[in-house]
Amino acid sequence: MSAFVAPRPAALALADGQVYRGAAFGAETVGSGEICFNTSLTGYQEILTDPSYAGQLVVMTYTQIGNVGTNAEDMESERPFLNGFIVREHRAGPSSWRSRQDLDGFLREHGVPAIAEIDTRALVRRIRDGGFQNAVLSTDPAQQDGAALVALAREAPGLDGRDLVAEVTCREPYRWSEGSWSGVGGELPRESRPDERFGLVAYDFGVKRNILRLLVEQGFDVTVVPATHSLEATLALEPDAIFLSNGPGDPAGVEGVRPIVRALAERLPLFGICLGHQILGLALGGETRKLRFGHHGGNQPGQDLATGKVAICAENHGYAVDAESLRRAGEAVEVTHRNLNDDTVEGLAHTERPLFSVQYHPEASPGPHDAAYFFGRFRELVARHRAGERVSGYDVARGAG
Amino acid sequence: MPKRTDISSILLIGSGPIVIGQACEFDYSGTQACKALREEGYRVILINSNPATIMTDPETADATYVEPMTVETLEKIIEREKPDALLPTIGGQTGLNLAIELAEAGVLERHGVQLIGAQLEAILKAEDRQRFREAMNRIGLRVPESGYVRTLQDARALLPTVGLPAIIRPSFTLGGTGGGVARDEAEYDRVVQWALHQSPRSEALVEESVLGWKEYELEVMRDSADNVVIVCSIENFDAMGVHTGDSITVAPAQTLTDKEYQVMRDAAVAIIREIGVDTGGSNIQFGVHPEDGTLVVIEMNPRVSRSSALASKATGFPIAKMAAKLAVGYTLDEIRNDITRETPASFEPSIDYVVTKIPRFTFEKFPSADSTLTTQMKSVGEAMAIGRTFRESFQKALRSLEIGHAGLERPAVAEGEEGLRELWSQIDVPRPGRVWAIAEAFRRGVSLEEVQRRSAIDPWFLENLREIVEMERGLQGASEAERASWLRPAKRAGFSDRRLAELWGSDEAAVRARRDAAGVHPVYKRVDTCAAEFEAHTPYLYSTYEDECEAQPSERRKVMILGGGPNRIGQGIEFDYCCVHAAFALRDAGVETIMVNCNPETVSTDYDTSDRLYFEPLTLEDVLEIARVEQPDGVIVQFGGQTPLKLAVPLERAGVPILGTPPDAIDRAEDRERFDHLLENLGLRRPPSGVARSGAEAEDVAARIGYPVLVRPSYVLGGRAMEIVRDVAGLRDYIRFAVRASPEHPVLIDRFLADATEVDVDALCDGERVVVGGVMEHIEEAGVHSGDSACSLPPYSLSKPVVNEILEATRRLALELGVRGLMNVQYAVKDGDVYVIEVNPRASRTVPFVSKAIGRPLAKLAALVMLGQSLEELGFTAEIWPRHFSVKEAVFPFVKFPGVDTLLGPEMRSTGEVMGIDSDFGRAYAKSQTQAANPLPTEGRVLVSLRREDHERAREPIAELARDGFKVLATDGTASSLEAVGIEVERVNKVKQGSPHLVDLIEAGAVDLVINTVGSDPGAVKDSFSIRRATLQQGLPYFTTLAAVRAAAGAIHAMRRGTIGVRSLQEIHG
Repeated sequence: MSAFVAPRPAALALADGQVYRGAAFGAETVGSGEICFNTSLTGYQEILTDPSYAGQLVVMTYTQIGNVGTNAEDMESERPFLNGFIVREHRAGPSSWRSRQDLDGFLREHGVPAIAEIDTRALVRRIRDGGFQNAVLSTDPAQQDGAALVALAREAPGLDGRDLVAEVTCREPYRWSEGSWSGVGGELPRESRPDERFGLVAYDFGVKRNILRLLVEQGFDVTVVPATHSLEATLALEPDAIFLSNGPGDPAGVEGVRPIVRALAERLPLFGICLGHQILGLALGGETRKLRFGHHGGNQPGQDLATGKVAICAENHGYAVDAESLRRAGEAVEVTHRNLNDDTVEGLAHTERPLFSVQYHPEASPGPHDAAYFFGRFRELVARHRAGERVSGYDVARGAG
Repeated sequence: MPKRTDISSILLIGSGPIVIGQACEFDYSGTQACKALREEGYRVILINSNPATIMTDPETADATYVEPMTVETLEKIIEREKPDALLPTIGGQTGLNLAIELAEAGVLERHGVQLIGAQLEAILKAEDRQRFREAMNRIGLRVPESGYVRTLQDARALLPTVGLPAIIRPSFTLGGTGGGVARDEAEYDRVVQWALHQSPRSEALVEESVLGWKEYELEVMRDSADNVVIVCSIENFDAMGVHTGDSITVAPAQTLTDKEYQVMRDAAVAIIREIGVDTGGSNIQFGVHPEDGTLVVIEMNPRVSRSSALASKATGFPIAKMAAKLAVGYTLDEIRNDITRETPASFEPSIDYVVTKIPRFTFEKFPSADSTLTTQMKSVGEAMAIGRTFRESFQKALRSLEIGHAGLERPAVAEGEEGLRELWSQIDVPRPGRVWAIAEAFRRGVSLEEVQRRSAIDPWFLENLREIVEMERGLQGASEAERASWLRPAKRAGFSDRRLAELWGSDEAAVRARRDAAGVHPVYKRVDTCAAEFEAHTPYLYSTYEDECEAQPSERRKVMILGGGPNRIGQGIEFDYCCVHAAFALRDAGVETIMVNCNPETVSTDYDTSDRLYFEPLTLEDVLEIARVEQPDGVIVQFGGQTPLKLAVPLERAGVPILGTPPDAIDRAEDRERFDHLLENLGLRRPPSGVARSGAEAEDVAARIGYPVLVRPSYVLGGRAMEIVRDVAGLRDYIRFAVRASPEHPVLIDRFLADATEVDVDALCDGERVVVGGVMEHIEEAGVHSGDSACSLPPYSLSKPVVNEILEATRRLALELGVRGLMNVQYAVKDGDVYVIEVNPRASRTVPFVSKAIGRPLAKLAALVMLGQSLEELGFTAEIWPRHFSVKEAVFPFVKFPGVDTLLGPEMRSTGEVMGIDSDFGRAYAKSQTQAANPLPTEGRVLVSLRREDHERAREPIAELARDGFKVLATDGTASSLEAVGIEVERVNKVKQGSPHLVDLIEAGAVDLVINTVGSDPGAVKDSFSIRRATLQQGLPYFTTLAAVRAAAGAIHAMRRGTIGVRSLQEIHG
């Protein structure tokens, strides 16, 4: 005799009152946060370990998750920062020559609760149509009461106005020297690292390692510093350039960094990605706004307005910079990139100073490498600046000589 | 960039007849391209010899040429139509090759026609192995090492480069026979020597083996601004070594980390740029070493392909349509995504389900063919299924195949060691039934690692199979009371009701009732290109067991059309054509159309074809569930062939309204006893016949009606298991096989009418009036399956009284059966007497051919009749007797199956058809032969070897050939008979008379046409097999029936009288 053995229960409760019941995996605990979905077909480990997801619950739209296990090289930071993981089917029994630990074990080790066997498509449609909201995921068998979990979701702090960067940034400056993944036999040849090296200070707002790896590949000697590393301390490192990293949450909530960024932007070539791009916008006097449900996936069309070419991009942001607000603030910035799905501003460059930034993720990981050219442009900007040329971010973005 | 205005007319080349490797996917892509280009205001000129296509409908293009697909014909068309451009990438390999030939022959330049989409240089770079390798090396990518060798010394010199194991393929052998894999040096020498011996040119290709590597495909698109997107990634379940067309394939790729996937994506982008495909879609195949991820490039197709059709259906991104728009200058960001409406096409689809494609094979029709799956494609069709998980999608795909499986049933393999050995033999070597063997091995406790080691299938897939087997165990162990708890989990894993019934010792209806009681029903989710990120405006749906249903059925008047499922011999594109026509006609009539089908190659499964598309298996369970949600006003089951027809009665019983001819009429025509009764009432003649439900009964019936008899199981299409039996021993052999072929149905036995002329009739009836669409006289005599026989419309030799009698019989049959819609009748005419062979009150294989021959869309008219309109209202009240002749000819897959004889018989074996149209029968027949790759020579040497019975009747056509200047070569008996009437003959040795014999002559290229008829005596068939095999290998035109020889002699004569012109369908039907 054998009845179907019900899996370990898990419940996902949304602030709007909807409760989904499914099968638990990962850690036995309760996690809460703003819920968002990611449409990438590959790269769940990179998503899990992307510090930008701090304070969030992530739904994968693809249904077969766990297929390739986890490994050391696909870590985008030292651990997952999200508060819960939601999939349609958790695939045990990974198959990859690179796998060292299965997904379940990985999530348990890092204390992340996860739920499977729910109608993730229905959930995604709900998020899409209803916009951002908070949710609670419980894999704790003792906490499965729907009403209680909904109440918890409604109390959850959410992202707006919070300084999540403080929670994910490094405590001490450190040097980063690791380059890109060693790769596989038969892949396209890579460009060799330039001989001339530049010093770079990377502000860690929750930096993804692949950004640091690609900066190293461009010949930068990278020093990663905490988000609020002072102007003086940074200048004492005598960098040739500044990088502002990606990171979690509401850019407006990040405290104490705008004056530092503003001062650095007046002195050195600077490049910002994602939250770094937003913080640069704010530091220059602009504003940011929240998108309805954000862009999270590896298939977004990012058009370079200078060439008209469309890169398929990895995006992960719930906020965007209002370009008009920057102009109102008197800054000579041009929009260099847009998302063709909804026309969101995705790239900005200064027409007078050596600054530019991008909303999406040229470092990919996960996602296509189409936008990797940003790192080359940054290298070019720094090199020309160092050579004494009066070059603006926009000059480089435009490909102008 | 906006579209180009410097060109205004564009020539498209279709892919010709359906053959293995080129099926309806090119009708799907070609039709999309035609529509897209006309939408942009271009004049579209099309050539395709395949009448059973939507693309050759006169409405699809501005000028449609159903003409021989040769450089000569194309030049004539180009002269007449003066196109500005040629888009070479939408007609498969045939279209691409013809474009290359046209370019290389200077035709394009001569007439100022520019290639768009891909330039000649790019095409050659992708197609030529050596140039492709050089291109890949230039950008730093690897392709498996290889080289051609002509001697063992060559081969030994190459060994260090290719390494071991190595793959050796002899050049120019049928189906690549004579090759193999060498694992050590001794074996290498041995296989190379054998391959060189087998190759008629003593040449072999030696390749580095990537057997057992994982195989992937990426569908890549590029626009004129150099934007590149990957539409879809596909992972093959079967490892390298099995042609991707014969592999189970899965989208998206499952077992790549993002880093590995991006390495492959980067490579694909670099490849399409290096090859220089300007715009459009390409398919790039990769091999990946399972243990270290090493990447090799296998090949690139610089055109739309079977995989691009699959990728389009798998993602909702219409690759061919986009390719057409990109070819005229648009960039991806300028084209809107049809499904989301608000976002551009410059993105990469994300999907939130798993797609599984499983090929369908037809080895049962080619018993002497080797069913081992290799790098040469052997499957004839495929089914695709969509599920939220791999297990669900895989199990749905299994039942979509319609090969009698409802899931992973236990194969008939003995228990114990012996059985296990048999299972291993089925797992070690890829063959069609491998997944069932693997599941059975798991049931018997074999480890996943062992199966992986021996099959090279990725453990991820094996683990999924193992889980299915594990769930089976749970299901079987459940008590009656516990079964309820399993229903939902099992349905979520893709188990069909029928499979659950098998596991529970119950029946399908009981499982359905249990589900109904428990409220366990599927919901329908949308295929939307974007994983729900944006709203989908296109109801392209699949079932799954989840919470939220997105079907949102309308309140409109609606009709559901059931498609034909995977292509197979006997049921292919012709039926899809009919379903598509029904959808078009009903949509124009303001009725909502709902298409149900699971064949990804087709036009019917284009989300644009009908208002709503359900990509679902065509089983009773799946169709009933759709009907439950949609509540259609009617269902059309008569257009998709046998697949939906089988569902007619059960659907009707379940209360689903069937449109058109009532299902009982189908039964009256199918049930032999009821049918005999019907004919008797109408006073119509049929060959003496009987029905047998046992072997003994069969012998009695045959004895009563007299040998030879035609035997077949009831309820089959395509002459499956149909045979002419000449004595009781043959009958006994047959019964053993046939009973297994169709267990629920009895065997039909008919007197075989030797040398009768067969006639096919397609007619329309609205209940009151009958209009015959066309009377088709077969070329080959009775005994050759109607699907394998050439035929002529109008008849080329039947007398007027006989034709009238056929028309009258058809009228009476249609009225008596109460046909509302289409009906097909097959007659045999012998000595002026007309016999009814069979009646099918449904759309037939010949409907598209007839429609194109007479210029009226029969299937559309039939759909409207089924909706209640009268033929009078539709303005179709009288037969049309065209002034031109149309000849349909069948196309066979013999070159893919070495060892299979080319003699025709009652078992249908053709995969496709072509159509020749001209002012007289001879020219039309000549065109049909050219199209069927059997081009008639107008001079040279004809080799004749005939069975004794044909000697006398062969004199006239052979004499005609001799008069037309052919030199006649013949073996002794045939020669004497021909000489007796004064034909000059050069005698040649039979094989047993020793060299130089006729096979030597064929192989030496000293013959231009081969005529070989053989009696039914197996000894004679065996003795003459080498003649037909050599003929096939040399690619010579040949005939194996006297009737065809007569037609050919007339056609050759017609060809010698003058050149043959071309005319578009639009001109012909003005």
